[in-house]
Amino acid sequence: MHELAITQNILKIALSHAEQAQAIRLTAINLVVGELTGFVDESIQFYFDMLSPGTPAQGARLVIRRVPARLRCRECGEEFALRPLDWKCPRCSAVGGTVLQGREFCIESIEVE
Amino acid sequence: MTQKSKQMQVPIVQDILSANDEIALQNRETLDRTGICMVNLMASPGAGKTSLLLRTIESLRTKLRMAVIEGDIASTVDADRIAQENIPVVQINTGGQCHLDAPMLRRALHQLHLPDLDLIIVENVGNLICPVDFHLGEHLNIMIASVPEGDDKPYKYPGIFLAVDAVVINKIDLLPYVHFDLAAFRTLVTGMNPDVHIFEVSCETGVGIAPWADWLVQQTGKCQD
Repeated sequence: MHELAITQNILKIALSHAEQAQAIRLTAINLVVGELTGFVDESIQFYFDMLSPGTPAQGARLVIRRVPARLRCRECGEEFALRPLDWKCPRCSAVGGTVLQGREFCIESIEVE
Repeated sequence: MTQKSKQMQVPIVQDILSANDEIALQNRETLDRTGICMVNLMASPGAGKTSLLLRTIESLRTKLRMAVIEGDIASTVDADRIAQENIPVVQINTGGQCHLDAPMLRRALHQLHLPDLDLIIVENVGNLICPVDFHLGEHLNIMIASVPEGDDKPYKYPGIFLAVDAVVINKIDLLPYVHFDLAAFRTLVTGMNPDVHIFEVSCETGVGIAPWADWLVQQTGKCQD
């Protein structure tokens, strides 16, 4: 449900940058979404299709780059991918670690013409 | 050169929630000017947010001047319950939105007389996903995890466990009746968030409320320095 508020923000940011670039049309929005955020691609797309008609972003491609969660073990320093239902370090079995990536949620760029 | 529409890429790299974050920062400044501590209380529906609030009010009534901001999708049931305790309460109905956001909080703060307060507890909408990403201007993020919900919550909702300053494990009086491995839960939570404070309480019996309340007093003191 919070993807509605999120998508409104995405559209607003993208449109304001498109205007600054004096673009007529927004053709693509490139997003980066970390695995540890609770955002669902399909929902963002759904709301985007609902909100964008009548704006210069109508018909724009929404390109979502998912960033997998990676941790660094606090015991042995090993870097590893977070697996569902298993947060153990593959080297020393310590649970969890410092999050290296996976919490991103930003607009990387837009494509305009 | 042909007169063809020119394609170009515009780099942005802007956090999608930056507009909310900015207002959250302003809320935070408003609170800091008067030395108020604001706590954002998050949990699933039914984990015991209102019960913990009532226990906390009971414990701290003589120590701190408190107010409550109640976030609900609809209804004023929780706010009515808190108002009976004779402390200031502001109800925010989100009208379907699954989380509170910084502009809503700004409006709520306008309705409170801030110089009369030490601590504001915000009861966010019952949800473990959406409230995490929308900062309100809070000093502390607290999550309640109740025993019947199961000890595998961190696997399912890692985001909230990374974001909180404390986890209150509620309904520990039910431990003999439901499967909940406290040690395993603690290991998962501290594995992801080593600085987190964990409290074990039962809002039903009152067990464990005192250390939690003491910690809140201590944290509120830090905001008043």
